[in-house]
Amino acid sequence: MHSSHVMEAEAALIARVLGGDSNAFYDLVRPYERAIYMAAYAILGNEADAEEVSQEAVLKAYTNLARFRAEAKFSTWLIQITINEARMRLRKDRRKLYESLDDAPQDQEGDYTPRDFADWREIPSETLQRKELRQALARALASLAPKYREVFVLRDVDKLSIAQTAKMLGITESSVKTRLLRARLQMRDALAPGVDGSWTTGREEYKKVRPW
Amino acid sequence: MVIEIPCEHVWREISNYLDGEVTPELRAQMDQHFRGCRHCLAVLDGTRNIVALVGDEQPFPLPQGFGERLYSKLREHLR
Repeated sequence: MHSSHVMEAEAALIARVLGGDSNAFYDLVRPYERAIYMAAYAILGNEADAEEVSQEAVLKAYTNLARFRAEAKFSTWLIQITINEARMRLRKDRRKLYESLDDAPQDQEGDYTPRDFADWREIPSETLQRKELRQALARALASLAPKYREVFVLRDVDKLSIAQTAKMLGITESSVKTRLLRARLQMRDALAPGVDGSWTTGREEYKKVRPW
Repeated sequence: MVIEIPCEHVWREISNYLDGEVTPELRAQMDQHFRGCRHCLAVLDGTRNIVALVGDEQPFPLPQGFGERLYSKLREHLR
């Protein structure tokens, strides 16, 4: 995904920043604004905190740039800093800490059963433009428990590998897979009825298919 | 001869199936199941759509003015 061409360009930018051209740092970070914001949001579940943590993470990355080792991707390094900052923020906020501890026992829960069997073969392009779809996606993401949201965002939004996601969150690859399944099925359940029904009313191919 | 597997088994592996994280044997069993089970096929299609949607369409917008605020913070820091 990350071509060696990109890595070379980034290495050149990093060398410029370290050589005193601090403006090159903007170009280095800009492609990953969304990735770091989403990672912070996944952990914190709150837009204002996610933005603040993104800013802190970028400043920290700048300060520590000399410690960046070229065997890692810059994006991975930056996302890892963001995750660490977001978790520090959580720890500072005791109330949220207890909330996330309350979530923990759910890890032992059993299989997730899909609730909806709406037929959803393809997404008509005009549906993607619909505000309802974007709002429903945002609501669905917000409704995921943090430990599912973290994995879902790192893997499916930020497009990290299963191994990278596991490493960043400090969990096993098998936990990543289990949580990813749960997150994806829950996201699908939250979206399928709308895609099947209300957003595409009148479209023959999206008739409701509800067996029970 | 592919051994049949139940829907519950298919749901447990649907995410791994999309990620190419299942054995060829299991993939064959699941493919056979999808050919005969409309519900599981719907779950598979929908789950694949979710992954495609959030990965390719960038449906989650950055807060308005995010970039400007980030770079003005950075400018302060660099001063």
